[in-house]
Amino acid sequence: MASLTLDGLTKSYGDNTVVQSVSLDVKDGEFLVLLGPSGCGKTTTLRMIAGFVPPSGGSIRIGERDITQLPPWKRNAGLVFQSYALFPHMTVAENVAFGLEMRKVAKAEIGPRVAEALRLVRLEGYGERYPRQLSGGQQQRVALARALVIRPDVLLLDEPLSNLDAKLRLEVRLEIRALQQQLGLTTVMVTHDQEEALTMADRLVVMSEGRVRQVGSQADLYERPADLFVADFVGRSTMIAGTVTGPGAFRSEGGLVLRCAGEAPQGPATVALRPERLTLGAEAAGLDNHAAGTVSFVSYLGAMLDVHVRLNDTDHVVAQIPNRADGRIPAVGDAITIGWPASACLVFPREAA
Amino acid sequence: MMADGRLAGRVALYGVAWATLGFILLPLIFVTWLAFFAQEIPSFPPEGYSLKWFGAITANRNFMTGFATSLQVAVAATVIGLLLAVPASLILARRQFLGSAALNQLLLLPLVVPGVVMGTSIYVFQIETEIATGLPLLGSLGGLVAGHTLLVIPWTVRLVTASLANLDRAAEEAAQSLGADQWTTFFRVTLPAIRPGVVAGALFGFVTSFGNLEMSLFLVGPGRITLPIAILQYLEWKIDPTVAAVSVIQILVIAVAMVITDRYVKLARVV
Repeated sequence: MASLTLDGLTKSYGDNTVVQSVSLDVKDGEFLVLLGPSGCGKTTTLRMIAGFVPPSGGSIRIGERDITQLPPWKRNAGLVFQSYALFPHMTVAENVAFGLEMRKVAKAEIGPRVAEALRLVRLEGYGERYPRQLSGGQQQRVALARALVIRPDVLLLDEPLSNLDAKLRLEVRLEIRALQQQLGLTTVMVTHDQEEALTMADRLVVMSEGRVRQVGSQADLYERPADLFVADFVGRSTMIAGTVTGPGAFRSEGGLVLRCAGEAPQGPATVALRPERLTLGAEAAGLDNHAAGTVSFVSYLGAMLDVHVRLNDTDHVVAQIPNRADGRIPAVGDAITIGWPASACLVFPREAA
Repeated sequence: MMADGRLAGRVALYGVAWATLGFILLPLIFVTWLAFFAQEIPSFPPEGYSLKWFGAITANRNFMTGFATSLQVAVAATVIGLLLAVPASLILARRQFLGSAALNQLLLLPLVVPGVVMGTSIYVFQIETEIATGLPLLGSLGGLVAGHTLLVIPWTVRLVTASLANLDRAAEEAAQSLGADQWTTFFRVTLPAIRPGVVAGALFGFVTSFGNLEMSLFLVGPGRITLPIAILQYLEWKIDPTVAAVSVIQILVIAVAMVITDRYVKLARVV
């Protein structure tokens, strides 16, 4: 295992730049997740690390070794694909042994190492089967074993869970994470599923339009998003458009006057509110910001309720409140007081469009 | 009533299916039957049965050398056709470039162009090339093989391209990430995956070449003969069952090739 460094990594096709100067440091044993909507450049970045896409600029290093110009087969990166990509004409054991054969590992050593890898992914006794005889989850574990058995310097996961059904996904997620920690694997995973990203990562990288928007922990991204894109993409937010009128003062387009923490420059801005920071009912009146509104929609989510509240003709917020068995569920049309502390307002200046 | 209607429909369907099958098999059955007739001029009912016509084949030099030449040409054309078609298919299936669609159609063209037209044009081409360069192309074995390679290519390209479409490219990338260079990846991952298409393409190419008459007529030189030409020439003078016996052997050769192929590749799954 080793650290992985991307330095100013860029990829353009003609005038179209799909990855723009991405610089990242993945520490030895760290699990880094590249997160972003489709087309944000995360997959291209991963494929540059794997060696399938030649970068237009920048460099990639594993430890001190510059691998920018190396072909994929000389990089020693373990790769797991969304489609599993097992070799259909080989047994599970032959699939796992492939990388060892390529490395000219002695025959006597291959058997035990394959068995060990299959044991790690809890597939002992499956060696003689063919991929088509396995379930999707089992195939994905074979793919993982095949990538791990070569003791790669870095493990690269390309949307590894997207083809699994929801329940299995939760299981494999935890399994991969446990294995990664147990073996101390330096790992880069690409996903568009933020829940997956949040549960597995040590650190996350949010990308959009080929650029890195923010690098940080789960809490960094959620509580201190760097920009409006991150606030919108990670978790849910209600957006209120308006203007910063003075230190800590914001006026919405609908005329709502809010007190906000932090020092945003005066001018056009957007306030993002996380739904769980909002309070409904009598307690709301004591908070920094509170307003009267009308319930316009309620989603019943089981443990939680999403309550949409209309404050005036333009402004409308969503609050998420726990669904208490004793509490009354707000009904559409109810007049209600809603409030939130100044610290709940995430203020982002808006560039003049 | 309902049940009756359905039954009638089913009987009709089976009737048509069996009638069609019979129509297809009828020539095969009659040729095989005829090959064992005792009399020289075929007439029904047969006056008796005999194996002498199979013996007559071996006595006929044209049939023997024709068979050898046809086999030689078909094998050579199939091998060359595969060596050209597999790389061509890899590129056509994976790269979009200016004219790639046109090239794809071009490689399938020999299926569409009548054999006589192809034969004539290759013949003229060989004459012109020989005049221009002095190379002894016309009537050479090489020229014949080159022509037959054209017959093989559409089959191999079509079937290999089809099996490439089912191949997950990620499997090749996985192999490379595991340390296999391009060649190793091709031989260990790509080729095994497209093997059904390669084998089936080779078989159909072989059969097409082995049975080809129209093109060969233009391309065989003096003193060279293929099996279909030998059959044609024989029929010009005689109609005894020797020709039927030759056909039976030809059918057997092809049937054996198909059975062997089917052991390795389920033909029904590729075609």
